[in-house]
Amino acid sequence: MIELSNLVAGKTALVLDQKDNVAVALVDLVAGDCCVVTDDAGKKSELSITEDVAFGHKIALTDLGKDSAVYKYGEEIGRMKVAIAKGGWIHNHNMYCERGMK
Amino acid sequence: MGDKFLGYRRENGTVGVRNLIAIIPSVFCSSKVAQRISEGIPGSVHFSHPVGCSQVGDDLDVTARTLIGIGRNPNFAGVVVVGLGCERFSPHELAEGIASTGKMLETVIIQEEGDSLKTIEAGMRHARKMQQAASQQQREEADVSELMIGLNCGGSDATSGLVANPALGIASDKLVAQGGSSILTELTELLGTEHILARRAANEQVAKDILTVIHNMEERLTRQTQASHNVKRKHLISTGNYDGGLSSVVEKSLGGMKKSGNAKFVEVFAYGDAPTKKGLLLLDGPGHDGEATTGEVAAGAQIICFPTGRGTPTGFPGVPVIKITGNPRTYERMKENLDINAGTIMTGEKSLREVGEEIYQEILAVASGKMSKAEVLGHDEQFCVTRMP
Repeated sequence: MIELSNLVAGKTALVLDQKDNVAVALVDLVAGDCCVVTDDAGKKSELSITEDVAFGHKIALTDLGKDSAVYKYGEEIGRMKVAIAKGGWIHNHNMYCERGMK
Repeated sequence: MGDKFLGYRRENGTVGVRNLIAIIPSVFCSSKVAQRISEGIPGSVHFSHPVGCSQVGDDLDVTARTLIGIGRNPNFAGVVVVGLGCERFSPHELAEGIASTGKMLETVIIQEEGDSLKTIEAGMRHARKMQQAASQQQREEADVSELMIGLNCGGSDATSGLVANPALGIASDKLVAQGGSSILTELTELLGTEHILARRAANEQVAKDILTVIHNMEERLTRQTQASHNVKRKHLISTGNYDGGLSSVVEKSLGGMKKSGNAKFVEVFAYGDAPTKKGLLLLDGPGHDGEATTGEVAAGAQIICFPTGRGTPTGFPGVPVIKITGNPRTYERMKENLDINAGTIMTGEKSLREVGEEIYQEILAVASGKMSKAEVLGHDEQFCVTRMP
């Protein structure tokens, strides 16, 4: 099994679409990391990570209120159960989506 | 006008990216004879399969339409149909289905020739003649609007949905924007995104068709999970998906859907059929790699684009398969099998858009004659006709 979390050097994350409000961690990130975020066109910016985020998991790019939509691939993938601040970890502990669960 | 490639123009106006002779058995009983004919004539390919008899209804019909579609694919300059003589799917029906393309076509039947040795000889004589005639045809300039690519991913890992599929989507969008065609299928991988797919429909009818085929697929899966012993086997998203960072089935399926980019869907069509429109198309097909790409080639796709995170070597007879991996380590380990390293997005060397352009340029190069690695190595495992329940 290839260890995906160790694929690349440096603290990096990727934004898949201009509409997205999340980035995807390209390595395991830990609270306090300063992460380089690249968008689909290759433009880079920096983001402070506020909690641990594993490879492949999502980071909030902006503050998001309760019930606000989470966008990845330019599409809504779910909504927030609770508010989250920029740099936080978004997953099914704080995001909901009914589809496919019943 | 759009970009150009160099291809082989067929009598019916379609353009092949290869100029091969296809040896197609109408039934599994003539598969070995078809294989032997092909082995005797370099430049021909054979399509061995386990079907063509002891089938009824939709199942037999899909087999028939799929084999006819393979024979009609413009990558083949000529076809030798190989029958047994008593099968349900008659070799004459197969040949008649291919005939209107105007390509070179002959039929040999084991029970009429006398035995398998005589049939191999007769088939080889036909294929020899066709191959020599085909060798005189030159590639000529064609517009990319004549290209149709089939999309399919297999041996996926987290990098597939993250970088390889979105990069392929960028290439697909560029082809479709210039009038070319691109086929998305693997409906089982699209559940949960039907509202997004329907929003991307070119008109109301297509939106309705998208919702119908996805609904039918989900109904089929639901029936399979009704029994009490399957009660824990009904979720569309797995624990492993969650561990990997996917938070909903919508998010998971979007990773697969994004190989079709952001273009509008112009038509939904059935397995074994060819589309009537050009542009982005949805094929009502299953998730099995080989069954999916076989449906795409039967629809007329001249090239398959295949993202694979873990790495798979498979290819298709007579149709180049371009392998794209999003995992830089997989690329290093399986360079001999993989054509495009989209892992450069993971390592920060290239952007999604740059790799999208790289894939698009590779499609044009392969269309003009560059062999994909699966082709050079003779991989042909993907040909596999789907069965209807």
